[in-house]
Amino acid sequence: MSSNTAAAHDHTHDHTHDDHHGAPKGLLRWVFTTNHKDIGTLYLVFSLLMFLIGGGMALIIRAELFQPGLQLVNPEFFNQMTTMHALVMIFGAVMPAFVGLANWMIPMMIGAPDMALPRMNNWSFWILPFAFTMLIGTLFMPSGGPAGGWTLYPPLSLQTGNSFAFVIFAIHMLGISSIMGAINVIATILNMRAPGMTLLRMPLFVWSWLITAFLLIAVMPVLAGAVTMLLTDRFFDTTFFSAAGGGDPVMFQHIFWFFGHPEVYIMILPAFGIISEIIPTFARKPLFGYTAMVYATASIAFLSFIVWAHHMFTVGMPLGAELFFMYATMVIAVPTGVKVFNWVSTMWRGAMTFETPMLFALAFVILFTIGGFSGLMLAIVPADFQYHDTYFVVAHFHYVLVTGAVFAIIAAAYYWLPKWTGNMYNERLGKIHFWWSVISVNVLFFPQHYLGLAGMPRRIPDYAVQFADYNMISSIGGFAFGLAQLLFAFIVWQCARGGVKATAQVWEGAKGLEWTLPSPAPYHTFDEPPKIDDSVVAHGDVAH
Amino acid sequence: MKNQNIVIVSIAVLAGMLLAVWGMFALGDNMPRGVTEFSQTAYDLHMLILWICVVIGVLVFGAMFVSIILHRKSNGVEAAQFTHSTKAEIAWTAIPILILILMAVPATRALILMETSEGAEMDIKITGYQWKWKYEYMDTGVSFISSLAQDSDIARQLNSGIDPTTVDNYLLEVDNALVVPTDTKIRLLLTSGDVIHSWWVPELGWKRDAIPGIVNTAWTSISEPGTYRGQCAELCGKDHGFMPVVVIAKPRAEFEQWLAQQPGYTGSDDVSALAQDTADDMTTSPEVALAD
Repeated sequence: MSSNTAAAHDHTHDHTHDDHHGAPKGLLRWVFTTNHKDIGTLYLVFSLLMFLIGGGMALIIRAELFQPGLQLVNPEFFNQMTTMHALVMIFGAVMPAFVGLANWMIPMMIGAPDMALPRMNNWSFWILPFAFTMLIGTLFMPSGGPAGGWTLYPPLSLQTGNSFAFVIFAIHMLGISSIMGAINVIATILNMRAPGMTLLRMPLFVWSWLITAFLLIAVMPVLAGAVTMLLTDRFFDTTFFSAAGGGDPVMFQHIFWFFGHPEVYIMILPAFGIISEIIPTFARKPLFGYTAMVYATASIAFLSFIVWAHHMFTVGMPLGAELFFMYATMVIAVPTGVKVFNWVSTMWRGAMTFETPMLFALAFVILFTIGGFSGLMLAIVPADFQYHDTYFVVAHFHYVLVTGAVFAIIAAAYYWLPKWTGNMYNERLGKIHFWWSVISVNVLFFPQHYLGLAGMPRRIPDYAVQFADYNMISSIGGFAFGLAQLLFAFIVWQCARGGVKATAQVWEGAKGLEWTLPSPAPYHTFDEPPKIDDSVVAHGDVAH
Repeated sequence: MKNQNIVIVSIAVLAGMLLAVWGMFALGDNMPRGVTEFSQTAYDLHMLILWICVVIGVLVFGAMFVSIILHRKSNGVEAAQFTHSTKAEIAWTAIPILILILMAVPATRALILMETSEGAEMDIKITGYQWKWKYEYMDTGVSFISSLAQDSDIARQLNSGIDPTTVDNYLLEVDNALVVPTDTKIRLLLTSGDVIHSWWVPELGWKRDAIPGIVNTAWTSISEPGTYRGQCAELCGKDHGFMPVVVIAKPRAEFEQWLAQQPGYTGSDDVSALAQDTADDMTTSPEVALAD
């Protein structure tokens, strides 16, 4: 391979750009780029934009729920907002952010010059803006956007107007983008590691992404199949999910959640990887139980395939199925517990400092664990008959997704921004952002546990008056949290424009290949494979 | 000296966390104990798991906070470099498994209780429609539609100008409530005429989906007379938030009197005979596909 490309390279050397130059100039750089750092930046900026748009939708929801009675929007639009908020946040904010981090960091962490499939990389990003333009565009179509919830349960979702076809096409495009991204990650990790970077020397962020990529390839086609059946049921008179024609509406839920549960872990495993990078750095101590972490991640990924029906305990399954899915779900607590114990053990007897990435990582460990506790409670079927489809569930998955996935992404951004931009972000503003976020997010979501236990169903635009107080508190928290994220956007923008110059090492305790590169990381890195020895192994843990 | 520090800080952290947990419980709402055997069981399980989680949380977060307070660079500590402890790793894998087994036993027992609807003394069929419920007292000829009470319906319109706090049982009142006898095992057959709904009364301890083309079975036996309110729990379209459930439980004799006064009543002098007729038509498995 190398001799062929080298020859081709020599041939074109005179009239094309040599790849040892810096970044090309102009807007088209971003359109045609095949550079993993450019594409990572595109993903991250896109994801931040979607985060703010999806957050705006959440604020419309919280504004309507500020007090009982309908003041701002009608129920149809409210349902469109809950549906779109979920689709935008899951597929537009969280997943692309992780892919962006993978693009930036995986090649630099394993000593590869770029992703394995750079042109496909470009394509898998550039699908996203078009898909989301179409998806969000349905809100402006005569029949309105989808309003049946992001889970698209039939028969309700089949009552969507003609815009439904656009929604499904958008989901197909997002699926294609995700699958291509996943193929790229797997191909890169398996083929492009520098000599000496054995699998068990890889940083945990790389490990968690390798496992996540396999989950993506396994389940995105399942989602594609499910929504295609919805499409033909809606427009071509098939009856996959209609009992009147011999179909079964519950079958959709089984197929959807066979995708949906691994999808949940697609959004949290890379977060585990990020936290496993940050805590050792700021504790100045090797990660506790590296191999246990790898095996725990793999176990969680495996279990994610056999717990899907815990999302549907109230559909009336046979007793045996309810028991199986309850037990399987409870088992997930074991490998997840191992991860939490390992993080705490990593901190124990370390020499910690508390820069913004570490603060977000610590908040992640506590608040994600609270989300895990409520998840364990939800697994208990007899109690789930009460919790199911209430605000208790809303509180649960926002704890794991916002204070879990999103906090990890924010922590990663602060952690690696100096490496990306060459500048330190404003630490004082970062700390303000942290405290503001961590307080407001709990004001936002913690009262929702009480609302669910008191009997408030989810996805309702108006509520009985006994729920008024906690809804008002939650809405105030929501607005404060939303505002805090504008501060985050400002800090990122400020850091990209300038600031105190960062050293190559950036953080005193940082270990790993990416910290051997100058800050900002040059446009092309590791054209020559680096020499891997124990000093650059991320966790200093070579004795496992 | 160092160990003494750890002990003092640990006690302070634990006390602080217990105070915080107590505050959260004192402040917040909790799941209702309800008026059925099953709702009490669900409540007990909920509290059991909650307390187990609280204890684990206090220990794990406590260790973390102690570490944050003591093991910081500004205290001039030197980072240890250990990366393994086989004993600890075995312990924190095995102990959670034991705790999970402890949780699974009562949960399994409760679930088996819930899913055994044999011996029901009467049957009521519940059909969900966008956005109302239909109740049929099987083999008595009595059936009616139950939808949101008119004053709530007027007040809940966008910018109605009516303060919801002035409406009695805002959004939780219906025109025709479901009336049932107390201390009677009632089997509920749930289905839907259009999209999926979910019938839920928190005081009864469960919710179950009403799905078109499928008849789901559940049962209840209410111990105390009273009015119990709930809502549709599965998103079912624009007025999902406006299809409440109201159940009025009356002593058996009063219930029979009420039933006999309903329009269309064809007579059934013994409520307990009701179930026998339908039990032959319906299997007791949770899902039965209907021909219609």
